[in-house]
Amino acid sequence: MSFPWARQYEPTNGFMKFMDEKLPLPRFVYNAVGAGYPVPRNLSYFWNFGVLAGFFLMLQIVTGIVLAMHYAANAEVAFATTEHIMRDVNWGWLMRYSHANGASFFFIVVYIHIFRGLFYSSYKAPREMIWLLGVVIFLLMMATAFMGYVLPWGQMSFWGAKVITGLFGAIPLVGEPLQVWLLGGFAPDNAALNRFFSLHFLLPFVILGVVILHIWALHIPGSSNPTGVEIKKESDTLPFHPYYTAKDGFGLGVILIIFMSFVFFVPNMLGHPDNYIEANPLATPAHIVPEWYFYPFYAILRAFTFDFILSAKLWGVIAMFASILVWFFLPWLDKSPVRSGHYRPLFRKFFWFGLIPTMVVLFICGGAPAEEPYVMISQIATAYYFMHFLVILPIISSIEKPQPLPYSITESVLGTDDDAKMPAGSAATA
Amino acid sequence: MIRIGGLLIGLGFTVVVLFSFLNGAYNYATEEKVGAPEYEFYKKPAKVDFQQDGPFGTWDLAQVQRGYQVYKEVCAACHSLKFVAFRDLAKIGYTEAEVRALAAEWQVPGIDPNTGEDILRPGLPTDNFPDVYPNDVAAAAANNNAIPPDLSLMAKARGDGTNYIHSLLAGYGPIPEELTAKYPDFETSTGLYFNEYFPNLNIAMAPPLTATDQVTYTDGTPATVPQMSQDVAAFLAWTAEPSLVERKQTGWPILGFLLFATILAYLSKQQIWAAVKPKKD
Repeated sequence: MSFPWARQYEPTNGFMKFMDEKLPLPRFVYNAVGAGYPVPRNLSYFWNFGVLAGFFLMLQIVTGIVLAMHYAANAEVAFATTEHIMRDVNWGWLMRYSHANGASFFFIVVYIHIFRGLFYSSYKAPREMIWLLGVVIFLLMMATAFMGYVLPWGQMSFWGAKVITGLFGAIPLVGEPLQVWLLGGFAPDNAALNRFFSLHFLLPFVILGVVILHIWALHIPGSSNPTGVEIKKESDTLPFHPYYTAKDGFGLGVILIIFMSFVFFVPNMLGHPDNYIEANPLATPAHIVPEWYFYPFYAILRAFTFDFILSAKLWGVIAMFASILVWFFLPWLDKSPVRSGHYRPLFRKFFWFGLIPTMVVLFICGGAPAEEPYVMISQIATAYYFMHFLVILPIISSIEKPQPLPYSITESVLGTDDDAKMPAGSAATA
Repeated sequence: MIRIGGLLIGLGFTVVVLFSFLNGAYNYATEEKVGAPEYEFYKKPAKVDFQQDGPFGTWDLAQVQRGYQVYKEVCAACHSLKFVAFRDLAKIGYTEAEVRALAAEWQVPGIDPNTGEDILRPGLPTDNFPDVYPNDVAAAAANNNAIPPDLSLMAKARGDGTNYIHSLLAGYGPIPEELTAKYPDFETSTGLYFNEYFPNLNIAMAPPLTATDQVTYTDGTPATVPQMSQDVAAFLAWTAEPSLVERKQTGWPILGFLLFATILAYLSKQQIWAAVKPKKD
């Protein structure tokens, strides 16, 4: 579906005409990210992050393929080949640092993308499918990043793999056989490393496929916008190209400056020193922590310390998975007809003073050692996390009195929406 | 339906995690607080101004070369440097002939070209630094059960690694009186040495740098213990990341280009959007 005023692709020369008749790829691109895709004219910079996430996915795929040319997935030599990349491969250090920090930045932009979606309720009808596919992408990213972190076969690689695969051992009855089957042994070793490498190579392409579905689903209703008011007429929109390609180009420049500052000047800041120690099954690190972008979920995992009918460990595993699975149900939990947090006074308060501080606290506790007071703080934060999505959000959406919405996107931008003031040729349809 | 189910599940998780909280809080309140000397007397590495630090840092090649000498004459007795090749030494200011001569000072495993027997032969620039012990068991047996770690990556394998190496090597000393006064039970057992820069305060490595002029520097620098420990820290910073300076020097033009490109992108974005921006009057 597209808007009736969307510009139509017109091939300008013989070759493009030929292409358009036989394989209309140029037309496809034109309609997807070109002038043929009308986008709300009022998007803020928060709407840059989808494109940025796509950029980092491609960066990870390109640097990852180069790294795979020099890496060997064998427990005997994996650590040494990683050092070979760092020392002997021309520009190998640049590839590896770009890939390692690229993963961190992929998560940074995706987190901003997700929390933008949460604040502006981008998950609501008619965009449920985009949101669901997005959560699938996030889960795939987590699996991919986790397995990628194992590949250098450092101490945190090994012990992280042991802790995370150990979670499956918490499942009653089938847990332990399942864990052995997943690892190909009783502890992470060559079999696990090999399959993690294989899957780490495969999953990014699965992500790419789901990303294509995500963008396809986006093009059915069109992009959301900061007012949450749907597009009504042509004056509400601008063609994606050149307006948003130019804006995304600027956003990409800014994020690349930050990203490259990390790669060239503090490339190990987001990593853990222990991962420069070769994996040693006989020496447990003092504090086993996952990569920083998993800290909030790691905090939820460790918040359950009391055997309440089920074992504490199993509760932690269930809660950790539930903390993300709950996002799947958001379109049906939040019934408020108003999308944007700007027009929802109560929702806005709970978002900025409840959810965001909770995520920060969980992040800090996830990276801290499992000691008091961090555990108690993370327990309170975990309780709030589930209350927020499953209890507070549905209740707010019933009792809240939203503020008046602008008539249209045009009105929110221009301050007034008077058809007399519209440029010639655009008729108001609503 | 989903909302009622969600409400119940949400309350369920909340109740369970609050049970954990109450249990933890009860234990926290009733448990006796036991202090730990490792927390109170452990010191973070002292900050040293190395020339390679900072965004414009460059190697102090004379210092790195002195550090190589300390490694060769002191550390190499127990610690390997397996990820570094002799040819890499060309990057710290040695000529090709010097690298060949330095490599030949080391004995590396090889085979006799006539009989095929395992022998030791002088190193070549293409060889890596040799292992010190044939295996971990031998390493542990020779060192009171503690395996001396490989030093190639030590400067990256510890928090604030370069400063840590210096502080640790120069940080041996007697147990402070405040520690003994507060924790009379604290002891450094036989075969361990007190070092307040080591996470659990007792390290298995005997003080390696003990006396001034333990190493006679070829460039005439007075070899005090802090001087030697800083030099070897600088050398290990280099072994951990030989591309450190190259990396920073590559970064600046790239950041400059990106800044320029981003300004251009901003200006073109402004120009494209000028026509559709609401006019302020």
